[in-house]
Amino acid sequence: MSENPTGSPETNGHSDEYLLETRNLKMHFPIRAGVLQRTVGHVKAVDGVDLFVRRGETLGLVGESGCGKSTLARLVLRLLEPTEGEVIFDGENILGYDRKRMLSVRRNIQIVFQDPYASLNPRMTVGNIVSEPLKTHDVGGGSRGERKRRVQELLELVGLNPEHYNRYPHEFSGGQRQRIGVARAIALNPRLIICDEPVSALDVSIQAQVINLLEDIQQEFDLTYIFIAHDLSVVKHISDRVAVMYLGKIVEIADRAALYGVPRHPYTASLLSAIPVPDPQKERHRQRVVLTGDVPSPAHPPEGCSFHTRCPRAQDYCTDHEPGLEKQEKEGHRAACFFPVLEGQHIEEPETSTPYRTE
Amino acid sequence: MLEVNNLKTHFRTQDGVVKAVDGVSFSLEAGETMGIVGESGSGKSVTALSIMQLNPKPPAEYPEGEILFEDQDLLQTSDRRMQEIRGNDIAMIFQDPMTSLNPVFTVGNQIREAIRIHQNLAKSEAQEKTVQVLRDVGIANPERRAKEYPHQFSGGMRQRAMIAMGLSCNPKVLIADEPTTALDVTIQAQILELMVELQEKYGTAIIMITHDLGVVSQLADKVMVMYAGRAVEQATTDEIFYDPLMPYSWSLLRSLPRLDTAGEVRLLPIEGTPPSLIFLPQGCNFSPRCPFVKDECHETDPDLEEKKPGHTAACILSVEEIEKNKRRVDEELGVQA
Repeated sequence: MSENPTGSPETNGHSDEYLLETRNLKMHFPIRAGVLQRTVGHVKAVDGVDLFVRRGETLGLVGESGCGKSTLARLVLRLLEPTEGEVIFDGENILGYDRKRMLSVRRNIQIVFQDPYASLNPRMTVGNIVSEPLKTHDVGGGSRGERKRRVQELLELVGLNPEHYNRYPHEFSGGQRQRIGVARAIALNPRLIICDEPVSALDVSIQAQVINLLEDIQQEFDLTYIFIAHDLSVVKHISDRVAVMYLGKIVEIADRAALYGVPRHPYTASLLSAIPVPDPQKERHRQRVVLTGDVPSPAHPPEGCSFHTRCPRAQDYCTDHEPGLEKQEKEGHRAACFFPVLEGQHIEEPETSTPYRTE
Repeated sequence: MLEVNNLKTHFRTQDGVVKAVDGVSFSLEAGETMGIVGESGSGKSVTALSIMQLNPKPPAEYPEGEILFEDQDLLQTSDRRMQEIRGNDIAMIFQDPMTSLNPVFTVGNQIREAIRIHQNLAKSEAQEKTVQVLRDVGIANPERRAKEYPHQFSGGMRQRAMIAMGLSCNPKVLIADEPTTALDVTIQAQILELMVELQEKYGTAIIMITHDLGVVSQLADKVMVMYAGRAVEQATTDEIFYDPLMPYSWSLLRSLPRLDTAGEVRLLPIEGTPPSLIFLPQGCNFSPRCPFVKDECHETDPDLEEKKPGHTAACILSVEEIEKNKRRVDEELGVQA
C-alpha cells in the first residue's frame, strides 16, 4: 500500500494522526414498492458522517437502535457500498479499491459482531473458525501444523483452552463464544478492530470478562478500536473519545470526560440522564429528562434539525435550519446544535432564542 | 399480601432434575416494589411463572413450598380459580412485547378481551375502558390506535400496550419480567416513569425482574438477588447497593462499568460461568467463582441467614470477614469506597 492507487481521489490534507477518516459518508437504502419495484424513497441510514479515528485510540459510537451505527461500521469495512463519500484508511481512499486490494485492507480492519450465537458457523470447529482468516489471507505459515500452532496461541491469548481446538461453537457459553470471535478478529494482526455491540448479548458478570480482554489485547497489539454500543456506561469505561449518533448523523463528539461531564447536545444530555445508575441515593435525587415520543423514521427524517421533534429546548429556528457539527469551547468537542446546553444550565430551557454561533 | 414460602420449582428432564427454583421465600406488601436480580438461568423468570402458575406441568413440579395470595395457596388452587386470579389480581408483563401480543388481532381487541373475561362488562363498556387504559399509558389517539395491529406499533408503544393490558383490571400485584430490556434507554425511561406513576395511582405491588442493577436502584424498595435457583441475598435496596453481604452481589456491582464514576477503575469480572442447574457444585453454589472463597465453602452449603436486622445473605463468612475481603479487593482495584 505504498503508491497512490489508480482511481482513488486525492487525499490532500489528511494527517498522519488519523488511522481512519470518513468524509461525508452516506448510505441511502432505496425503498422499493409496486409491481415494478420502483424506488419510492430512501432510508437515510447514514447521512453525511465525517469521522476521524486516531491511531491507538478507542472511539466509542453510541446511539439508539436504528441510528445508523452498525451501518456505519459496515461501510467502513465495505461490506456495504456507500451512496456517497469517502472512507480513508491509513491515508488512502479505499472505496475505489478492487477485490484484491480490498483483501489487503481487510487484513487490517476486522470486526467483532454482536451476537456470538449467530456470528460463528455452527458446523465449523473453533480451530477452523479462527484459522479461516489465516487461510484466506495466506499468512501464519502455509502448513497445517504451523497454522494449528498459531490458532492455539490465539485461543490461549483470549483465555480459552487451546485443547478445545476441535470443539464446536455450541459447546461454549456466550462469553466464551465472544472470545472465539475476538480470537478470529486478531488472527491477522489487524490495526483497526470494529467492535459492534460486542458485550450486549452477554450477562453482566461475563461482560466484564470480555471488556477486560478487549482492553488487554488493545495494549498488547497496539490496536485501534471503534467501539459501537448502546450502553453508555460500557462505552464510557472503554473509550477515549465518544461520538453520539442520531438518525444517521453524528450530533456530538468529544473526549470522554467532556462528553460525559459537560454534554452540549440536548440529545446527549437527555440520554445520559435517562440511564439509571446502580446507586439508589443518587437515583432519588436525579433530575431526569424524559424525551417524549420515538425516534422518527429515517425514511422521513424531520426537516431542519433532525432532533427538534423530541428536543426539550427546540425553538422555531430549529425546525427549518439544519445545524452543522460546530466547535465548542473545549478542543475537539463538537456538537450539532443551535442552542447547546451550557455548563450549569438546565437542559429544558435555553437562555436565549438567538442561535449559537451559526455559520 | 403475597407471601412465597420455600418455593421449589423443579423440571424433570431427560438429563436429570433441573432445580430451577430451589427454596425461595419472600413477601410483598401493597404498593411495594421488589426487584429480583440475577443472571440468565438464575431462576428469576421461573419464580414469576410459578406465581402465575404458568409453568407447563409436566415437566414442572412443585415438590415443596407455598405461594400465599390473600391467604390462599396458589399451588393448591384449581385451574379455574387460577384463571380468575391471573390478570384480575396478579398480572404479568413480559420482556418481548412483539411475541406476547397476538399479531392477527388488533391491540384494542386483545385488551378488550382481557377486560371482558375478567370484569364482566358489556362490549361497549369494555371498549370505553380499553380506550381509557391506552390513554392512561400515554398512547396518543387511543381510539384510532386501538384499531391497529401490533406491527403498526413501535417497540415502546407495544410495551405500553402490554402494560395497559396488564393494568386494565387494576391488579393488586404486577409482575414485570425484564419489561424494558428490549427497549432503548430513552424509551426505557418513559416506561419506568409510567410504571411508577401508575403504581402511585393504583397502589399496585410490583415485582420487577431485571438484570439491570440501575433499573432496580431506581424503582425497588427491596431486592432479592438470585443465583442458581436460590435467593442468595435479600435486603432493602440501599443495603444491597451500599453494603452487600453476599460476595456474589458485591462482585456483580464491581463487574459493572459505571456512568457515575470516572471509568478509570479496572472491572472485576466474575470468573467462569454460572453452574449447571442439574449438577450443582459441592458446597456453596457460588464457591467456584467466589473471590472470597475459603476451603470450608466447598463443603458447607450455606442457608440464608440474617446477617443484620432485615438483611439476609447466604454465606458462611461472618460480616467482619466479608467487610475485610471487600476492602482488600477494593484496594487492589483502586476503588474509592
